[in-house]
Amino acid sequence: MGAGHHQLYRPGDSAVHLLPPQCKLLAVLTFAIVVVATPKEAFWAFGLYALLLAAVAGAAAIKPAFVLRRMVIEVPFVLFAVAIPIIGMGERTEVLGLSLSVAGLWAAWNILAKATLGVIASILLAATTEPRLILLGAERLRLPSTLVQIAMFMLRYLDVIVEEMRRMRVARESRGFVARDIRQVPVIARSAGALFIRSYERGERVHLAMLSRGYTGSMPVTRDLRASGAQWALALSLPVLALTVLGASW
Amino acid sequence: MVNSLEVDRLAYAYPDGTQALYGVDLAIAKGERVALLGPNGAGKTTLVMHLNGILAAGHGTVRVAGTPVGKSTLKEIRQRVGLVFQDPDDQLFMPTVRDDVAFGPANMGIRGEELERRVRNALDLVGMAEAIDRPPHHLSFGQRRRIAVATVLVMEPEILVLDEPSSNLDPAARRELAEIIRSLDVTVLMVTHDLPYALELCERSLILSDGVIAADGPTRELLADETLLRNNRLELPYGFAIPAPN
Repeated sequence: MGAGHHQLYRPGDSAVHLLPPQCKLLAVLTFAIVVVATPKEAFWAFGLYALLLAAVAGAAAIKPAFVLRRMVIEVPFVLFAVAIPIIGMGERTEVLGLSLSVAGLWAAWNILAKATLGVIASILLAATTEPRLILLGAERLRLPSTLVQIAMFMLRYLDVIVEEMRRMRVARESRGFVARDIRQVPVIARSAGALFIRSYERGERVHLAMLSRGYTGSMPVTRDLRASGAQWALALSLPVLALTVLGASW
Repeated sequence: MVNSLEVDRLAYAYPDGTQALYGVDLAIAKGERVALLGPNGAGKTTLVMHLNGILAAGHGTVRVAGTPVGKSTLKEIRQRVGLVFQDPDDQLFMPTVRDDVAFGPANMGIRGEELERRVRNALDLVGMAEAIDRPPHHLSFGQRRRIAVATVLVMEPEILVLDEPSSNLDPAARRELAEIIRSLDVTVLMVTHDLPYALELCERSLILSDGVIAADGPTRELLADETLLRNNRLELPYGFAIPAPN
């Protein structure tokens, strides 16, 4: 796993892949807002949203199986949503012999439908845009450049730190350490502390390396990411169509 | 001709009071390849940090191609002194090789075709042109070190300063890097305790010991002087011997 061959990213040259990142980011963001603003009773609207996303996936040649696999990230929300009707208050109804709260069922549906659409839209964004381009796009959308730089370094150094963590674990276990129960937590905590110090020191060395090559506080922008009107129009057609659906549902 | 590097009575103490350099004098002529030898803790890295103004001299001066290192000249100095750090993971911080090599010249305001030309040229010099679009962490250690060299060559520096260039390299990568260093038309200061590597690449060597230059002369002569090496905690690897030149 790494910046170029990220698990989420599927290289390709479809129209969706080629759109500038800032267009896609804004499209996904506004699409998510439209979805959230949709009344939960408008079942058909959610169906149409799903169709819109299916059309994007089709255009980008992203297979449903790929999207489904990545949706595992939603599982905690699903569990939460499943719990609501059971612990919910108020009027109750019988479903398959279970007494469930009506308001809870609506809330669960509301969360599930909206979260699922949001997650799918994000998966499609990540599948068609390299992680670092997403960050550059965010910078073009005026996200503070310090935040973008922090995220950029995270992307670059995640593997390095994970590898360092693995080496520390190997070193612990080579000397007979086995993490069995809660009593071993202090050892793990000390390792985490050591890892933090090491990463902090690496940060200082990286900063020196940056200064040595003329860094003065901002990352030079070397890539032309300007988007044409047509590209904006294409990207924003997703939220605009969704907005039309929303308008019809009111 | 102006020397590429001149260090004059350079002294430095860390903020906690530890004195690291006690008056270092050295001069390196344009086009020379010089090894800076010394045991761990001799002050090699501290000296290197002065060469491009990361540390400011407590006393004495550093001149690069005649320009004194100081606050007002930092930008120019950092373009002229190419520092290659020991750990390429510290040096290569951008998501792709292209972005990383472009970082320095882009900070100097170079853009567009000129930038692309320089990046490709620097990668050609280290034989890594085909890696241009790859993320650095997917390359081997030896490849990453070569790219680290490219990230400073792209600045077209007056002097290339390499900190332990042969460390952690397998024998083939070590030889490949030596060939690259030898092929470059640039002044080189190589900081190392890999004595055979110094002998292979540098005609002249300096020994830094306890914060002063303890010896300065032809590498072959210094390495043949067992007493000198022993006094400065330097040793040739087991089985090696360099006959004293006549």
